[in-house]
Amino acid sequence: MGKARRKLRTRAVAAVSAVSALGLVVGCGGSDSGGTGGGKKDGKVTITMGLFGVMGFKETGLLDKYMKEHPNVVIKADVAGDEQTYYTALQTHLAAGSGLKDIQGIEIGRAKELSDTQKDKFVDLAGVAGTDHFLPWKQSQVTTADKKVIGLGTDIGPMAVCYRKDLFEQAGLPTDRDEVAKLWEGDWSKYVDAGKRFKQKSKDDKVAFMDSSSGLFNAMIYGNSQQFYDKDGELIYATNPVVKDAWKLASEAATSDLTAKLRQFQPGWDPGLANSTFASTVCPAWMLAHISEKAGPKNKGKWDVAKAPKGANWGGAFLGVMEKSPVKKEAQELVAWLTAPEQQAYLFKEIGNFPSSQTALGMPEVVDAESDYFSGAPIGKIFSAAAKEIPDEQVLGRKDGTIKDIFSQGLTLIEAQNKSPNEAWKTTDKRIEKAAG
Amino acid sequence: MAISTPTTPDGAPGAAPPAGSGTGAERQRRSALLHRLDVRGAPYAFVAPFFVVFAAFSFYPLIYTSWISLHRVELSTLNLMEWVGFDNYTALWDDDRFWNALLNTFTIGVLSTVPQLLMALGLAHLLNYRLRGSTFFRVAALTPYATSVGAAALVFTMLFERDFGMINWMLSMVGVDNVDWENNKWAAQAAISTIVIWRWTGYNALLYLAAMQAIPRDRYEAAAIDGASRWQQFLTVTIPGIRSTIVFTIVLSTIGATQLFGEPLIFGQGPNGITGGADNQYQTLGLLLYEEGWKNYQMGRAATVAWAMFLLLIVLFVVQRVVKRVLARKA
Repeated sequence: MGKARRKLRTRAVAAVSAVSALGLVVGCGGSDSGGTGGGKKDGKVTITMGLFGVMGFKETGLLDKYMKEHPNVVIKADVAGDEQTYYTALQTHLAAGSGLKDIQGIEIGRAKELSDTQKDKFVDLAGVAGTDHFLPWKQSQVTTADKKVIGLGTDIGPMAVCYRKDLFEQAGLPTDRDEVAKLWEGDWSKYVDAGKRFKQKSKDDKVAFMDSSSGLFNAMIYGNSQQFYDKDGELIYATNPVVKDAWKLASEAATSDLTAKLRQFQPGWDPGLANSTFASTVCPAWMLAHISEKAGPKNKGKWDVAKAPKGANWGGAFLGVMEKSPVKKEAQELVAWLTAPEQQAYLFKEIGNFPSSQTALGMPEVVDAESDYFSGAPIGKIFSAAAKEIPDEQVLGRKDGTIKDIFSQGLTLIEAQNKSPNEAWKTTDKRIEKAAG
Repeated sequence: MAISTPTTPDGAPGAAPPAGSGTGAERQRRSALLHRLDVRGAPYAFVAPFFVVFAAFSFYPLIYTSWISLHRVELSTLNLMEWVGFDNYTALWDDDRFWNALLNTFTIGVLSTVPQLLMALGLAHLLNYRLRGSTFFRVAALTPYATSVGAAALVFTMLFERDFGMINWMLSMVGVDNVDWENNKWAAQAAISTIVIWRWTGYNALLYLAAMQAIPRDRYEAAAIDGASRWQQFLTVTIPGIRSTIVFTIVLSTIGATQLFGEPLIFGQGPNGITGGADNQYQTLGLLLYEEGWKNYQMGRAATVAWAMFLLLIVLFVVQRVVKRVLARKA
């Protein structure tokens, strides 16, 4: 008997181990067929969202508000801090066909790549009711060649220059925002000239005029309809005079020691804001929240916002719905609601994300908005004016995001590694060829 | 497999049933078969999980990676593969980024492994003394190893920050100007090595300690009687006594250094982490692989780097064997 039982036991163990081994393998293969996390159960609809950075939906309680108004809806939002990490994961999930959410955020730098290569995996949002209120160029950025719309616009990033009044004053520059704007009206090179004046007269040589040359470079590039690619999707950065000019001016700023040699949103930049190591930065609307948070209460009222020499758009995002989602209809409703004018105006008021909705741009919450932190600057008016200067057509390219990073690194070569602008350009050129070729 | 072999050395009686079997014989035969399956098959079932997991997570990726490395294929369109033969390999050979990454991997490897093992040796020697609370110190030596790479690298990145980092602050007290740890090649490599050293020294020290405790006490006594000092005892008794452990840790550290990835990635943060600095000044092979695959989305090229790393480890292994054999012959 004992022997038989023992045999039975070994047999059972063997069977269990074999089955569990099989289960491991099957388990890995099996998850591919899974949905997007959302679904319907017991009359409740669950919608999952994949977001990045501070898009504001979760942070300002908009999602909670939606759930309150729709008691049968449960929203689960995953927010990745870093867009690069988020996008890498999204790419992997798209390729594997698993791990996707019902709604996925799309950053503007990735819009073209996704609408070129992944449009079949996104729901066409062209026909969703009540979504004809966007700025014309905003939706065109996520419209495919065959007129499919893979996302609805959230915010945009019209640009201005944020500056420190106290630091400008000690360097003998004007501090009033209108006079400051006049300093560089119409031409970015005047901004660099102002920097040279600043450096000459500044009493504190630990304070740089601007944070980084790449901020200036971005601002110059983003004010044009053609940037790194032309309309046919060909790379034109090497011959595009816009890029050449921006490179020249940014490297001039770098070699004239006007920058604090920082990289935006990288280590050192935040403490730079808090400890006042630079006097100005080119700031898209969404950056104001970051500055006020990182520069902290002790610098409140020292910052101000002045009109940039030329209107430009940096950043902005979209929300797309996945074709695979079992709750497509509900997800589309949610996306339309989140990007509706009222919500966009609310987000602007709460965290400064600038609306991409034309209707919202005319709403009093936006037009009359002023920023306490930035010395009461009429940010609604300043950024609206900048938004109107943004060209109606903006040609995006597949690798815009990557190319932007490579250019930033190229400028770092000049700024922090003492390479000559020529040498740095050659390296940058070679890298872009590797990355986009 | 063995299940089908007809002969069973310990075959149960009745394995060959008499002719004209009834239901009883049938049952007997079935039970005999099951028994045979049990004896013969169970071991295979027991080891199966390892092999299945190995096949799924090591062997299959290995083969698939080599297949991919012969193609041009992008992450977003994995189903579209274009056969390019060995083009990826020749391109890698001609790519100065590869040689730069290889050299960086080597220099960071040396910068981190050599001090690390020497310090571990010293630490193990100290821990080997009879001292109060030795368990506490042993556990303490292992705690850095238990910290995640991410946490350790993040903290060190903050310490090494240019304008407001603690290390520059301390240096400024002795009159040294701010070092731009990230943008200076050797400073960056030294900083990354520090993270590695901090994490792994205790771990290696415990390995050495275990080996040291296996050395018979009487050798030390004999050496002491012969008039050997502590230091001479260390050189002539301890080191030869743990030689094989030292070789083992060198092999382990070499593999670890070849795969160095998390520390430099987090040290650089953002786009600079992936490329190992604006000038690739601390890009390792692991980072180059990541850049090709998850920044440029060129899976074929990334797979080629992976295979280059694999081949490199094989070469290192062979070299190590040869050196060991030559040394053994000398001894």
